[in-house]
Amino acid sequence: MDEHTLDANAVAGMLHEVFGAEMTDHASECAHCGNRAQVGTFRVYDMHGPGVVLRCSICAEIVIRLVRRPDGSYLVDASGVYLKSG
Amino acid sequence: MSERLVTRGFVGRRGLPERGNRTPPGQYLTTDFPVLSAGPTPHTPLDKWSLRVEGLVAQPVEWSWAQFNALPSREYVVDISCVTKWTKLDMRWHGVSVDTLLGAVDLDPKAAFVIAYCDGGYTTNLPISDVVNDQAFVAYGYDGAALAPEHGGPARLVVPGRYFWKSAKWIRGLRIVEKDVPGFWEGFGYHNRGDQWLEERYSGD
Amino acid sequence: MAGLAWEVATVAALRDETPHVKTLSLDVAGWSGHRPGQHVDIRLTAEDGYQAQRSYSIASAPSVESRIELTIERVAGGEVSPFLHDEVAVGDRFEVRGPIGGYFVWDGGSTDPLLLVAGGSGVVPLMAIVRHRAAVGSSAPCTLLFSSRTPADIIYGAELETLAARNDGLRVVHTLTREQPEGWTGYSRRIDAQMLQDVLGTASGSANVFVCGPTPLVEVAATSLVSLGLPSSRVRTERFGPSGG
Repeated sequence: MDEHTLDANAVAGMLHEVFGAEMTDHASECAHCGNRAQVGTFRVYDMHGPGVVLRCSICAEIVIRLVRRPDGSYLVDASGVYLKSG
Repeated sequence: MSERLVTRGFVGRRGLPERGNRTPPGQYLTTDFPVLSAGPTPHTPLDKWSLRVEGLVAQPVEWSWAQFNALPSREYVVDISCVTKWTKLDMRWHGVSVDTLLGAVDLDPKAAFVIAYCDGGYTTNLPISDVVNDQAFVAYGYDGAALAPEHGGPARLVVPGRYFWKSAKWIRGLRIVEKDVPGFWEGFGYHNRGDQWLEERYSGD
Repeated sequence: MAGLAWEVATVAALRDETPHVKTLSLDVAGWSGHRPGQHVDIRLTAEDGYQAQRSYSIASAPSVESRIELTIERVAGGEVSPFLHDEVAVGDRFEVRGPIGGYFVWDGGSTDPLLLVAGGSGVVPLMAIVRHRAAVGSSAPCTLLFSSRTPADIIYGAELETLAARNDGLRVVHTLTREQPEGWTGYSRRIDAQMLQDVLGTASGSANVFVCGPTPLVEVAATSLVSLGLPSSRVRTERFGPSGG
């Protein structure tokens, strides 16, 4: 067990900035293992490192990766997750 | 756009940036050693662990944990800089020079780059010229003790001349290739080379 | 939904909760209310432009006022919490954005049993839930299982006693892991599966659970609760990392 692991709550503000809405209660499906859960269940790694890595709480594969650029914009890779819109 | 609100009395836990010989541009000194990783800490049992050098070599080489520990090794005292702006001076590591590892294989004439690959899937890439002549080592000791798993143990790559994301934790092998392959962060916004003295932080810098 | 913008917060009051824990009351410009369990991000800026940002759970229940309370544990060697404890005075201003969070939230509409599991300063967002429950007169039976090191470290101890004495369905169960008062008959160990089973009683199937605290405690509790039969969708977690805040 990693005592440094956090859940997506810890980056909820950043996710709101990136996606333009509160994301932690969004329904999602992991593209790797099919796990259906709210975004809030994703495990957060590296939030103080080069970028934020969010992983599925079941299979631990990467669901979302974010890098904040110096100009304040974000690089987003959400290829590991299917997000329900609305 | 409102003007920036300065918080009375807030300085932050950092040293003043030193323009001078030891702190790279844009960095602040710290005495911490934060735990940063892109994924859960792997726990490969030592009897299953190995380190390989493979790819554009005449014959790949693989060391077991015991064999790796028996290789010539030494203490390294180096400064480390993370792209998130902290620099830690005089970090004491113990490990095996990458020269020793590459010296165990015959490199193909086309060999130009090294891809370090790790438990958990992390990768980082470096030109061979950046890791030879004692510019890089594989560390298994830190500060007089065995390298802790949360800091990359049993063994991690350390490249002091590059931002710390290149010092790949939980390293399991070096793949020698002809064409460069951007690693985990290099392929996602970060600079391919990462020289902290030239402030090569982001792609496009 | 409104975008998330940094607003100016002014410190209106300071209150010591325990030797290492302090509550800051903030008046936040443009505040439009929050839901129990949500947090704010705060941003501190030094003269030279250096910034540090942290997230803190909102301790107060939603109210019509634009004042919120943050309860913050002083982490020795930390960059922000020692500053908030040692330097900040009434009248000081810093930036705040929020409220943030939609997953770790209890709005009070459900009458399903509520189990709140707290480790140390993890009690903060759960206290917003407890306060809100009391304010709206909710009939949802609520148990707070609260782990603290010593009696002096119990955050909100007196207030919890007062609320539990109302006999409105709130039960507070303490475990004191390092030091117990004379004659203590309560739990004196870290939260584990047996303890959770004891406090859950017969409520397991329909309970809504919120667990907050240091990551190791949250992991043990969440794993135990699921193995006791709770659907994982009913066990919501907020990990604080190793230091607890």
